[in-house]
Amino acid sequence: MISSWLWNSLPGPALVRLLILLVVIAAVVLALFEYVFPWVSEALGVQETTVEES
Amino acid sequence: MSASTATPAPADERPPARARVSVVGVLGELLILAGVLLGLFVVWQLFYTDVQGERAQREVVESLEWADSDVVDGISAAEASDQETIPDDLKRTDDPPAMDYPAFTETFATMMVPRWGEDYVKPVSEGTTRADVLDPLGIGHYTDTALPGEIGNFAISGHRTTYGKPFADVSELEAGDSLIFQTEDAWFVYHVESWEIVQPTQVEVIAPTPNEPGVAPTERSITMTTCHPKFSAAQRWVVHGSFDYWAPVGHGVPEELLEVPA
Repeated sequence: MISSWLWNSLPGPALVRLLILLVVIAAVVLALFEYVFPWVSEALGVQETTVEES
Repeated sequence: MSASTATPAPADERPPARARVSVVGVLGELLILAGVLLGLFVVWQLFYTDVQGERAQREVVESLEWADSDVVDGISAAEASDQETIPDDLKRTDDPPAMDYPAFTETFATMMVPRWGEDYVKPVSEGTTRADVLDPLGIGHYTDTALPGEIGNFAISGHRTTYGKPFADVSELEAGDSLIFQTEDAWFVYHVESWEIVQPTQVEVIAPTPNEPGVAPTERSITMTTCHPKFSAAQRWVVHGSFDYWAPVGHGVPEELLEVPA
């Protein structure tokens, strides 16, 4: 399983693993919010407000 | 009765737990991950872009040295009676002071709409691309359409949902509602005439003479476009308005700004 492999591959005691995981998740969410999602939103084109030649 | 049957085997004699990797299990985890990502995207699009957009647009308005500070701070109903308003003899309908055509992404005006609240002040910036203008800066000005007060069609666009949603309440506008702009040199007052719902390709709505492409303009018009229905890009909500007057800055604010629409 991916989750158990991830957990077992982290070093240190459970508390340290948990902290590392939280930091990694925060970094991933930040990257998604700042770079990935804006690009996806524009590519999907469901928020367009302008009129333009097709 | 034998005592040995009740004694459990020591832990290290049990068979070691083997990590079992099954295709279905991994697939399930990937699906959970996909669900989490989709959920995060919705949270980002519907909530986070508003937080970010409102903050960014507020900062832009506050950074404009020429923007009327009373308006930026918000004129409450109680303060309105003390506010200096532009005298009638300064209101003009001829050509406004010439202004340099703004650079791409440059914020060259602020927009105020009394119908949308006494604290509604948003920046108007050049260009209508999403990544550069509409998402971070709010309201965008269609390139090569008229500037405020010029003969032709001053055409602007903004989000109706998300990214600070400057045109969120576009459907509440009524005929006669004031649309007020301030640039470095002048105030411009327009009023709403009509609105329509069009296809996204109907560029004639922002023609110099609205809906009559190719006809040389004689009027000073304004057109606002935003998405319709909400949270969709299927159509566009378009508001047309016409020009009332312009006046130089430094002689108070337009009285229309202080009128609370019924």
